[in-house]
Amino acid sequence: MTMDSAGRNPTDGNRAGGSSGEGSSADGSPAGGNPFGGGAPAPGSQWYDADAGPLVRPYAMTGGRTKPGPSNVRFDLIALVVVDDDPPGPAEEAVLGPEHRALLALCRSETQSVAELAADADLPVGVVRVLLGDLLESGFVRVSRPVPPAQLPDERILREVIDGLRAL
Amino acid sequence: MAYERSDSTGADGGDALALKILVAGGFGVGKTTLVGAVSEIRPLRTEERLSRAGEHVDDTGGVDRKTTTTVAMDFGRITIRAGLSLYLFGTPGQDRFWFLWDELSQGALGAVVLADTRRLEDCFPAVDYFEHRKIPFVVAVNCFEGARSYGAQDVSRALDLDLGTPVVLCDARDRDSGKEVLIRVVEYAGRMHTARLLDTVG
Repeated sequence: MTMDSAGRNPTDGNRAGGSSGEGSSADGSPAGGNPFGGGAPAPGSQWYDADAGPLVRPYAMTGGRTKPGPSNVRFDLIALVVVDDDPPGPAEEAVLGPEHRALLALCRSETQSVAELAADADLPVGVVRVLLGDLLESGFVRVSRPVPPAQLPDERILREVIDGLRAL
Repeated sequence: MAYERSDSTGADGGDALALKILVAGGFGVGKTTLVGAVSEIRPLRTEERLSRAGEHVDDTGGVDRKTTTTVAMDFGRITIRAGLSLYLFGTPGQDRFWFLWDELSQGALGAVVLADTRRLEDCFPAVDYFEHRKIPFVVAVNCFEGARSYGAQDVSRALDLDLGTPVVLCDARDRDSGKEVLIRVVEYAGRMHTARLLDTVG
């Protein structure tokens, strides 16, 4: 997938790829040198190729990626996201995109589930998953997995939930 | 990878527990009302590929080209104590969003199937779904004003429920009534789980 490598760096991946298009024809390898593949670009269409498909707006903030990065983490809706105890420095944080930073701010205010983060950031869940994948990979956050299906909580926890519901 | 199990006993609060209960049923049966009655409710947007069912057989190279659609769900959170929360998810009512249910039901403690006796057939798909996947559920009959009242037995028979599946009458607008429904789900899920454990042992 061409967008995958270009999208890793959401802010300037595409732009860098586009400008290198001209250089590639000069060095005599017109198709191979173009990171987006495809044929000769028509004017104004250097951001697209046959494989990119139609642009979908929500995923613009993820650089076109619809799945989290190489770690292939599947963020459950109720997985809890906490800020890492030893996060990268302010310099690394400064290069994050606005949506990444918004999510990080929400995580800092309170440990929240993926679903809550999506609702509070007013972003679709799919987009939030990709952005959280970035934050996880760069060490800003950690994720706790919810209870696996085959391993329901013990009776003591369930009793606690029932009592808690009664007391609401 | 910093990916922790919830049952880890790290000193970093990694043992926080989140449980999930689904609220299913036909369109307009009161799912949003029920979730809102017992918890602070928030709308959740998902951006889903409509053709997701074919994802597993397709070459992933083509996935990006497929159409996406926005699906809205309701969800609420009930904090039992610090580190223990119960999340409620109102499943999308329309049939074409079935694919979302698979994700929602994964790891769910149990489910509520809300039913309206005036159109009981609307909740058949939800009953089938949870029965097939062996997800513990209770049927909660939302007693609308003006609707003829039926007993729990009648509803159980009409839905051809498995023996033991609880049926409760409720008022989805009422907080106490909603709490009672949730308590029944948790109790029943606990019983089902224990029974299954015994099955595997014996």
